Amino acid sequence: MTELPVQAVAVTRAFGHFVAVDQVDLQVRPGEVVGLLGANGAGKTTLIRLLLGLLRPSGGEVRLFGEPPSRRTRARIGYVPQGLGLYDDLTVDENLAFSAVAFGEGPGAAALPAPLRRYGGTVVGALPLGVQRTAAFAEALAHRPDLLVLDEPTSGVDPLARARLWETVAGAAAAGAGVLVTTHYMDEAGECDRLVVMAAGRVVARGTAREITGDARISVVEAESWAAAFGALEAAGLPVALVGRTLRVPGAPPDVVRRALGDVPAAVASAPATLEERFFELTLSSARTEAPA
Amino acid sequence: MTAPGAAGSAGDWWGTEDVCVRFGDTLALDHVWFRAEPGRVSAVVGGDGAGRTTLLRCLAGALAPASGRVRRPGPMATGYLSAGSGIYPDLSVTENLAFRAAAYQIPPQEARERGGELLARAGLDRVGDRLGGQLSGGMRQKLGVIAAMLHRPALLVLDEPTTGVDPVSRADLWWLIARAAAGGAAVVLATSYLDEAERAHDVLVLDAGMVLASGTAEQIVAAMPGTLTVAGARPAGEAGRRAWRREGRWRVWDPTAGDTAGTIAPDLQDAVTVAILARELALVPAGGESR
Repeated sequence: MTELPVQAVAVTRAFGHFVAVDQVDLQVRPGEVVGLLGANGAGKTTLIRLLLGLLRPSGGEVRLFGEPPSRRTRARIGYVPQGLGLYDDLTVDENLAFSAVAFGEGPGAAALPAPLRRYGGTVVGALPLGVQRTAAFAEALAHRPDLLVLDEPTSGVDPLARARLWETVAGAAAAGAGVLVTTHYMDEAGECDRLVVMAAGRVVARGTAREITGDARISVVEAESWAAAFGALEAAGLPVALVGRTLRVPGAPPDVVRRALGDVPAAVASAPATLEERFFELTLSSARTEAPA
Repeated sequence: MTAPGAAGSAGDWWGTEDVCVRFGDTLALDHVWFRAEPGRVSAVVGGDGAGRTTLLRCLAGALAPASGRVRRPGPMATGYLSAGSGIYPDLSVTENLAFRAAAYQIPPQEARERGGELLARAGLDRVGDRLGGQLSGGMRQKLGVIAAMLHRPALLVLDEPTTGVDPVSRADLWWLIARAAAGGAAVVLATSYLDEAERAHDVLVLDAGMVLASGTAEQIVAAMPGTLTVAGARPAGEAGRRAWRREGRWRVWDPTAGDTAGTIAPDLQDAVTVAILARELALVPAGGESR
């Protein structure tokens, strides 16, 4: 049997009475990019900490490469945290050398990727965010990890820089690493082979973006005055999103929307939901389930 | 629901005319023309160092340009969320809004009603007593936007209100943004997310202080030079330099726009990526057209 980079079975973690991660099953196979989606508080960060061995589960089991998380499994993981995890007052070279020693490879083990070479001697704190991200990726990949864990890797970079970071991720996956990545940016879901959606500590959907979106639909409003239509829908308490001059109303069928619009002249139609809209539906319905607690 | 004092008269607009800003030897804004109109949302996009914050600071009156002209309403008619959210960490949510209301001379009763309503809509009504410093990132940004729009400004300037914010808070933030525009404000927001730019009425693309593109998303897409094809892998040779990864495949840009067979229709993300790539490859003259 191929050894799975990540195999979590019914993993649970409670903090007092609060269950942050609740019976989560998760697999990451070699060469596969798995996207972990969820709102704040959904349990993504706790799950990642469980996988990295920074937290112990209250129930269930985490296995990395077939064994419990340990220093030995950590040596096979490359991790880019949200805060990037670089030392601001060390240069790029020093950061990489430090990390190489920590991973038992000796300083200078990894050559800097070409776009970073001119920044090798610069302290990280003085570099633009995009370069810092590239450096954090280089550090995480330097020991050729078999599992790459990325927590919101592309926040705040331009689309070309984002495409290049994903190219790096895809390169690691093509070389056989399993990749687990969290993102708040639904456009990036297309870069993942599979998605896992968490809400209130549980997995509420899994599959490709298309599978998760399924045949969910929303209402679309085209009005001469979007502001007047927005006011009417808002007064009716409907969740309404402005997209250009169009209003999108998730979770309300066209007849409900038409009624809410009253005498505001507008055309109302039904349209397929986007992944983001489906995500809200999943998140909000699990929030409602949780509400009485 | 037109807000008193918010909507300008017809033909009013805010923005910059041929603005340059220098920091030492760096030209942070390079002859930037930008126009924000009442009742419309304008997105300023670009990466780190593109000049977004500098432009927004000019619009908010926090920075004077080296040359050119900034058209903005008076300080009492401007709302500004700086990149750091502008929330006092040692004041509670309610106190933060009360402080803002006092600074903008909003009658306390009106401030309480409007603040309370916006907080409730943004899901912050149950954390009124919490200190600003103890809010989550998404909550802090929502409070920052509410504080900036509390006095119904004619120009609402928001510096990266949604960066790093989760999708649920992002939806709340967009509701606040739409609400301000529906009330007649000209809303300008900086973002690095192109799906947000696509939702805005107008888009300005900055890179290294220069305007790479401006207009509606449709206009920017229509103005993209050349053509795009899709490939399964990065092409070899010269074409490889004009390729980038998107959704597991490769977009390949051909600047010559000859044969259109097999090409795909670009979207805003493609058009903006091409603009940044073109500048990087110096296929278009640097410092060329700024409008």
